[in-house]
Amino acid sequence: MPGATRLSGKDLLGLKNLTEDEIMLILRSAARMKARIDDTGKRSPELSGKSVVTLFYENSTRTKMSFMMAGKYLGASATDLGVATSSVNKGERLAETGINLDQMGVNMMIIRHQTTGAPHLLARNVRASVVNAGDGANEHPTQALLDLMTIYERLGGFDGLKVAILGDISHSRVARSNAFGLIRLGAKVTLAGPATLVSGSFRALGADVTTNILEAVEGSDVVMGLRIQLERDKAPNFPNLREYSSLFGVNARILKHAKKGALVMHPGPVNRGVELSADVIDGSQSVIYQQVKNGVAVRMALLKLLLSEEGD
Amino acid sequence: MASILIKGGRVIDPANYIDGGRDLLIRDGIVGEVGENLSEDGADRVVDASGLIVVPGLIDLHVHFRQPGHEHKETIETGSRAAAMGGYTTVCAMPNTNPAVDNEVVVEYVKLMAARAGLCNVLPIGAATAGQKGERLSDIGSMARAGIVAVSEDGKSVAGSALLKTAMKYASQFGLPMFSHCEDADLAGSGQMNAGARAALLGLNGIPNDSEEVIVARDIILANATGCRLHVCHISTEGAVWQLRSAKSRQYAVTGEAAPHHFTLTDEDVPGDYDANFKMNPPLRSAADRAAVIRGLADGTIDCIATDHAPHHYDEKNVEFANAPNGVVGLETAFALAYTGLALTNALSPLTLIEKMSLNPARILGINRGALSRGLPADVSIFDTREEYAIDPALFASKARNTPFAGRRVRGRLKYTILGGKVVVDNGVIRD
Repeated sequence: MPGATRLSGKDLLGLKNLTEDEIMLILRSAARMKARIDDTGKRSPELSGKSVVTLFYENSTRTKMSFMMAGKYLGASATDLGVATSSVNKGERLAETGINLDQMGVNMMIIRHQTTGAPHLLARNVRASVVNAGDGANEHPTQALLDLMTIYERLGGFDGLKVAILGDISHSRVARSNAFGLIRLGAKVTLAGPATLVSGSFRALGADVTTNILEAVEGSDVVMGLRIQLERDKAPNFPNLREYSSLFGVNARILKHAKKGALVMHPGPVNRGVELSADVIDGSQSVIYQQVKNGVAVRMALLKLLLSEEGD
Repeated sequence: MASILIKGGRVIDPANYIDGGRDLLIRDGIVGEVGENLSEDGADRVVDASGLIVVPGLIDLHVHFRQPGHEHKETIETGSRAAAMGGYTTVCAMPNTNPAVDNEVVVEYVKLMAARAGLCNVLPIGAATAGQKGERLSDIGSMARAGIVAVSEDGKSVAGSALLKTAMKYASQFGLPMFSHCEDADLAGSGQMNAGARAALLGLNGIPNDSEEVIVARDIILANATGCRLHVCHISTEGAVWQLRSAKSRQYAVTGEAAPHHFTLTDEDVPGDYDANFKMNPPLRSAADRAAVIRGLADGTIDCIATDHAPHHYDEKNVEFANAPNGVVGLETAFALAYTGLALTNALSPLTLIEKMSLNPARILGINRGALSRGLPADVSIFDTREEYAIDPALFASKARNTPFAGRRVRGRLKYTILGGKVVVDNGVIRD
């Protein structure tokens, strides 16, 4: 099989700097891991003795749980730092927290943080592998990898695919990681949303940018909705949810403009009836729940690739 | 006090339109004579300046010396050492200390600490509002009597236009200029670097040019309305340069400064590892903005180069980019960056460069320095511009190391700094 057999660095900080070979290595490995999720007999202790710690400075259900599960299915010990009850509350700086965990022999730190670049800061200061589980408005690489895996499973490749990513682009680390990964793999990405939530600067990622949802969806193979981050902005960038869903939401009528059988995706949690209408979320084209399962597989693959001495 | 003859150097003195081989005689702390082949007879010391450039001591309108209150970052003594090692003989210290420089007691304290260090003239700038809180005027008149040279809210703008207008009107009766940091905090929002393609790639929130430009426009209008002289700090955008040019064309009493990082780097230089040594306010802007700042310096729109020397402890910069404080140190790299980036590229003549780093700042302050004219205090700096070297933060005299220029190759190494006839840096070594 061609391509890489290991990742080049000790960390996974984003998709921006991963090669096509490295992404495909993770996806192939994840495909093999997936079989082990349902079949308890296939779970093996190949990472036994390795310790993984999650440091979540922001809330999470799916991402944190699936990292913990991925670690356990491979025999690693997975511990959550419990940021809310840790020395972080005494004002301990991130670099300091990392150095302390390093001294305890932690092999991998999985971090989610509200500020861009926090995982990079941690990675500079520790020997352990650092995995970015979402930093500010920057990247969420494991989410994008599970999205890529889902697309690969359903559509068999990326070259020439047209992917529409819709919604709050400017605050979305999911949109950015997906754009980096998809474009690297040969897909064509269109980012769309209201002008106050998607800026022309995003063309720097290699994506098309538009404020016209229909234009973005037209002829696309994948329609990806993003969560409107109601909790983030004090002064919202659009008047209200009613106007948002009527002008920028995806419903069955809009989805008809996509290719027949186009995939509907969403990183969750979904605001039902806002970015996607209920019939679209629950419809036959939706792969939203498959995404979640693939999340565990992708994270198992990453743990193995970063922690196992043999690589893949 | 002894006499010093500086022999064989290339004297660059814009006040007297000199750029050429001259000797310089310093007698009793003042400039005695500038001429060709001056006699060594009677000189207590002869400094061989052959191959070196001899300029009036550099003057910086914008430094942060952090004392009182933030002595872990810098003190007036360590800041003065950094100034001396950068060829600066006069610097203006911004008031955002703790307590802020908002009354004459703190002004006197700054002056006392500077006198104790004795390495550099440190001229205090007073805050515009009490505690820099933007609520009521500081003791501007008492501070004027104690010796402040300007009023500034640096680090931010006075948000309320009416209060700013009052401060300008009040300051102008004491002949004090307003040094404005121009930033609309609302428009800057949670931005951490220049808005644009690089911010989009790095996933950092952008600080748009308009956040600077609307306040430049407001402050120009209010300064003109009140008769207050306005000095626009650290100009970083094309639109701000345009505003200043337009105001000058209408004969408004406005001046402006640019910082070495803004005419040297762009937002494309902000590295992918989120090194907070590239975080400052205003941020590194686009290539077009950088070019506009250089054009502004060249055509006289921007009067001077000021460092915005902003020392921070390394612990404070070794944090998440969003949580790191703004600012970079500048005193010990400014001349070399300006000489390499502006003079060697022919953007500015050496004469104009020195004008921007010494004569013009003196004029803005209304002080009789920045020139090698007979009878003036002998503030002189001597640089070796022949040899290229790499900037090494480990060698800084400042307490701080927060520079984006580590390893950058430049020309213009300081050899001597003479402050009022006293050699404070002697062949590259500080004497105290």
